[in-house]
Amino acid sequence: MDTWEFYTEKLIPALNEGLWMSVLIIVPSAALGVLIGVLAGAGRAAGPPWLRRVLDLYVSVFRGTPLVVQLTMWYYGLPGVSRFLGSILGPMGLPEFTWRFLVLSPYVASVVAFTLCSGAYQSEYIRGAILSIRKGQFQAAKSLGFTDSQTFWSITAPVAMRRALHGCGNEIIYLIKYSSLALLVTIQELTGKSNALASFYFRPLECYLLTALYYLALVSLATFFLRWLENRLRVPGMGMAKTG
Amino acid sequence: MTGRPEGSPPGAAGPPLMEARNITKILGGKLILDDVSLSLNRGEFKVLIGPSGSGKSTLLQCVHFLLIPDGGDVLLEGASAVEMGHKNVCAFRREIGMIFQDFNLFDHLTARDNVAIALRKVKKVPKAAAMARAMGELERVGLADKAGLYPAQLSGGQKQRVSIARAMAMEPKLMLLDEPTSALDPELIGEVLNVIANLARGGMTMLMVTHQIGFARHLVNEINFMEDGRIIERGHPEALLADPASRTATFCSRLSELTGNQ
Ligand SMILES: Nc1ncnc2c1ncn2[C@@H]1O[C@H](COP(=O)(O)OP(=O)(O)OP(=O)(O)O)[C@@H](O)[C@H]1O
Ligand SMILES: [Mg+2]
Repeated sequence: MDTWEFYTEKLIPALNEGLWMSVLIIVPSAALGVLIGVLAGAGRAAGPPWLRRVLDLYVSVFRGTPLVVQLTMWYYGLPGVSRFLGSILGPMGLPEFTWRFLVLSPYVASVVAFTLCSGAYQSEYIRGAILSIRKGQFQAAKSLGFTDSQTFWSITAPVAMRRALHGCGNEIIYLIKYSSLALLVTIQELTGKSNALASFYFRPLECYLLTALYYLALVSLATFFLRWLENRLRVPGMGMAKTG
Repeated sequence: MTGRPEGSPPGAAGPPLMEARNITKILGGKLILDDVSLSLNRGEFKVLIGPSGSGKSTLLQCVHFLLIPDGGDVLLEGASAVEMGHKNVCAFRREIGMIFQDFNLFDHLTARDNVAIALRKVKKVPKAAAMARAMGELERVGLADKAGLYPAQLSGGQKQRVSIARAMAMEPKLMLLDEPTSALDPELIGEVLNVIANLARGGMTMLMVTHQIGFARHLVNEINFMEDGRIIERGHPEALLADPASRTATFCSRLSELTGNQ
């Protein structure tokens, strides 16, 4: 097989399949991660003390342990919990789904792991952005008769969004790259495919180089979009961090 | 009495426009306001002066119910803020405007949106009408040409004028001003004082914390001198300042020694 054919017939079609799988993991993980980050970040910045403590615990666990460990726990660890639950709930006559739901498919385990980890980091940016809003902004809103929810939607949210955008964008770019860990739970995404091809054809250099280019393209696309968004939302003098 | 507009003769029947009754406030375990009472009739302009830490800002915030007093009540046209309850406190605040020392414009909005946003979100005025109103208010403070600029693009004096326009757009019954010029470079103070003087001439009821005694003495009806959480002297500026034994006169002469004006 000559090199050109190897590329067009084998490598590229296989990597394209892997790319599609990667996108299927990255997009929902990023979207849900931002959502969780916003909720957890707002809760940590402005919630009641008990909620803050719960959310701080969530963040310290998910930021404080390696993602590989989290991912393998979701996929390989939970079935053990499920068996244990089953041994208790089964004899009690409960239906099987009450413990079977803990056995996750590789895809669900990956999305759950990436979402929760990403959400923990996102919440840091959101929390910091909310806490950085000067007290005077809230006082002014109060003095004009804003209710708490009017203040949140008119002041807190638009300002915090701008302040957090840069950090949240960076986190999404990390997510694109750590999505490759999904190969550890048997998913044939970009890196998984590339691994398989490299060992099958004994051509690791080409396989991995091309894979790297695929990731570079994904990251460039995300960077371009984030930059566009930052420019659209840019407000003179608001001290939004510049995209590097 | 200078500055008192027609339509509110002294001793007019009916309650004062605003009456703060026996306000006390404790902050950080310390008694910051100690049984302060103060009232303004419609169209009156009163000034609050006193040493730093005497509780002037705290008093304004209590009158506005931005800080809830620990004791006492504020009545606006006879309506009690305490009786209004927690749920309606926003409606109470809406009737009063506040000008802050450091402007507190919304950083993410243009001058025009700063003025329009409360009209739209709080008063639910339709967008086009709110924008037109905002332009009108900016025009009144001489900033129609700056409507599209963000706070970071305005000078301090311009920011303060926008914040006055923002408060005025809500048609407040009472305006509270907390050292509106003390964060400004000297050459920018005049433009803001001009706008405030115009409000006074227009009959706006105002309570202002200021150390600009030269400005105040010709415009205001009363000076209230605060110390340690109490108003310890009150009276017409000419009377207070003419009496060399008054605390107000001593304080003001020390001020002018320090700042070197008047
Ligand atoms: N949140 C707070 N917690 C504890 N103490 C406070 C708080 N806010 C204000 N104080 C204290 O209350 C006192 C009065 O403060 P306030 O700001 O009302 O004074 P002021 O007369 O406006 O002074 P200045 O002329 O410096 O503005 C000060 O001693 C201040 O330290
Ligand atoms: Mg003060």
